[in-house]
Amino acid sequence: MRITRQEVEHVARLARLALSEGETEKLQEEISSILDNIAVLNEVDTQSVPPTAQVTGLSNVMREDGTWQSLPAADVLANAPRRLDDFFLIQPVFEDSQGESEG
Amino acid sequence: MAGLDQYEVVIGLEVHAQLLTDSKMYCPCSAQYAAAAPNTHVCPICLGLPGALPVINRKAVENTVLTGLALNCEIPPFAKFDRKNYPYPDLMKGYQISQYDAPLCVRGWLDCEVAGERRRVGITRVHLEEDVAKLLHVSERGESYSLIDVNRSGVPLMEIVSEPDIRSAEEARQYLVQLRAILRFLGVSSGNMEEGSFRCDANISLRPLGSDTLGAKVEVKNMNSFRAVFRAMEYEAVRQAEVLASGGRIEQETRGWLEAKGITVSQRSKEYAHDYRYFPEPDLPPLELAPSWVDDLRRRLPELPAAKLARLQEQYGLPAYDARLLTAEPGPAQYFDRLVATYPNAKVASNWITGELFRLLNASGKQIEESPIGPESLAELLTMVDRGEVSNSAAKVALEEMFASGQSAAAAVTAKGLAQISDESGLAAVVRQAIAANPQSAADYRAGKKQALGFLVGQVMRASQGKANPAVVNRLLAAELEKR
Repeated sequence: MRITRQEVEHVARLARLALSEGETEKLQEEISSILDNIAVLNEVDTQSVPPTAQVTGLSNVMREDGTWQSLPAADVLANAPRRLDDFFLIQPVFEDSQGESEG
Repeated sequence: MAGLDQYEVVIGLEVHAQLLTDSKMYCPCSAQYAAAAPNTHVCPICLGLPGALPVINRKAVENTVLTGLALNCEIPPFAKFDRKNYPYPDLMKGYQISQYDAPLCVRGWLDCEVAGERRRVGITRVHLEEDVAKLLHVSERGESYSLIDVNRSGVPLMEIVSEPDIRSAEEARQYLVQLRAILRFLGVSSGNMEEGSFRCDANISLRPLGSDTLGAKVEVKNMNSFRAVFRAMEYEAVRQAEVLASGGRIEQETRGWLEAKGITVSQRSKEYAHDYRYFPEPDLPPLELAPSWVDDLRRRLPELPAAKLARLQEQYGLPAYDARLLTAEPGPAQYFDRLVATYPNAKVASNWITGELFRLLNASGKQIEESPIGPESLAELLTMVDRGEVSNSAAKVALEEMFASGQSAAAAVTAKGLAQISDESGLAAVVRQAIAANPQSAADYRAGKKQALGFLVGQVMRASQGKANPAVVNRLLAAELEKR
C-alpha cells in the first residue's frame, strides 16, 4: 500500500511538523512500508469480534460532584518553559487562527 | 435584498452551554473559574499531565440527560466518550474528551413561537464534553505573546445540536431564547451569553424555493448575544443571495461575525478540512444508563417554560403578554406562583411584579431571587391596597421603602406616613383648596366637561402626597362642585 505525498503532508500538518522536501519523500516510503506491515493484521478474520476500546469490563464509573484542593500555581507552572506572573507564556496565537479552537 | 425572496434560508445551530457543577468534568478542581486567580483551579488531570486519570462527574451526566429529556430526546442505553484531536494551545492534552458516535441524548425537538406561529425544531443530539483553557493575546511595545490560564480547562460543557430546521434569523433567535429558558428552568446552566457560558455557532445555507437539496453551508462563529446571532444570520443570508445572484458559488467555509462592523469575514485557517481523528477514550469506561435511572431523572424535571406559560394563562386568565414576561426566566415565574398563593388577584399580582418590582430590580441590578421584598411581603402590601388602607400610588412609594430598607409593608407604610386618608372631614379642606386654586377646571366641570374632575383629583392627591383615598376624593369633589 502506497500513500500519496498529499497524505504525508496532511499528517505532517496535523502533527505540526515542518518537513523538508527530502523528509517528505523519505517518510512517504517509510510510512508506506509500515502500513504494509500493519496490513498483515487485516488478514485475520474479525467478523465475530466486537470492536474493543475497553478491556476492564467496567461501566458507569462516575464520581460525585465535589471539589478538592487544586495544585498551588507555583507547582502548576513549575515545568513551564516560559511564564509571566502566574500565566503560561507562549508564542503569540493570532486572532485569525482562533477558528481552530473548538471550545 | 438581492433575490433573497427566491431562496429558502436553512439554519442549524450548535449551542455550547457550561453546566452548573461545583467541580470540573473529569477532575475535582473547582469549576468556578470566573473570579479565580490564574492557574489556581488546576491539577494534573486538567493540565493534561501524562498518567493522570480522568473520572466522569455524575452531576454533569445528570444535567445533560435532564436537558435531553426536557428537549424530548431519546436516551440511548449506551453512551461513550471519545478523544477529539486537534492542536491548539488552549487544549492542554492535545485532545478534547468529547462524545462522537454514542452521545447521551439523540433525536429530540424544541417548539418555539415565531410571529404567533409554532415552529418545531429538531434536536439532533445533546452531548457532554469539556471546556478549554483561556488564552489572552497580548501585544505591547512591538512584542506579541499569548498567556494561558488553565482554570477553565475541563469545565463541563454540554453541546446541543439542532437539525437544519430553522428558516429565518428571527426563528434562530426564538430557538435560542427558548433553549436558554429551558436550561435556566432546569437549573443546569446560567445561560449567560455575555459571560461565555452559553455560546452559539450557526450553519447557514440557501436553497432555491421548492428545492430540497441543501446548498453549501457556511459556519458562522463569534456571535456573543442573541442580537448578534440575529444580525449575523440576516447579514449572511443576504450575502449568500448576492453571491448567488451575481453568478458566484458559496464556498463551504467558516466565517467570523464582526460585531462592530456588522459583517462576517472568512476565517482562512479553516481552508484545511478538519481531521479530528476521533477515537474512543480508553481512560473512561462507557455509560450504560438503565431505563429506571433515566425515569428517576424524568421525575425530577421541573415545570418547563412552555408549560408554565400555558398554565399561567389557563389557571389565572393572564394575558399572553403578562405570562410571557413572567416565564422568560425561572425567578419571576416562581415569585408569581408564591405571590398568588397568598394574594389571589393574579392580574394585579402580575402588574406589580412586571411593573414596579422589575423597575426596582433593574435599577439596582438585582435578580428577583435577591429581591429584598419577598412574595409574602408584596402580598401584604397589595392586600392593604385592596382594603383601602393605602392608595395605589402610595403603595408604590411604600414598595420603594420596603425595597430599600427590607421593612414589612405595614412598617414601611407607617414609617413613610402613607396610610390612606379616607376620612371625609380630613379631606374636605384639601378638596376646597384644590377647587379654589384651579377655578378654570372647576368652571369647565360645571360647564359639563366631566373630565376636568380627573385633573382636580390629581391636585388633591398631590396635595395629600398620594395618601388621599381617590374614591373618596372623587365623591367629595363632585359633591363640592355641584354644591353651589
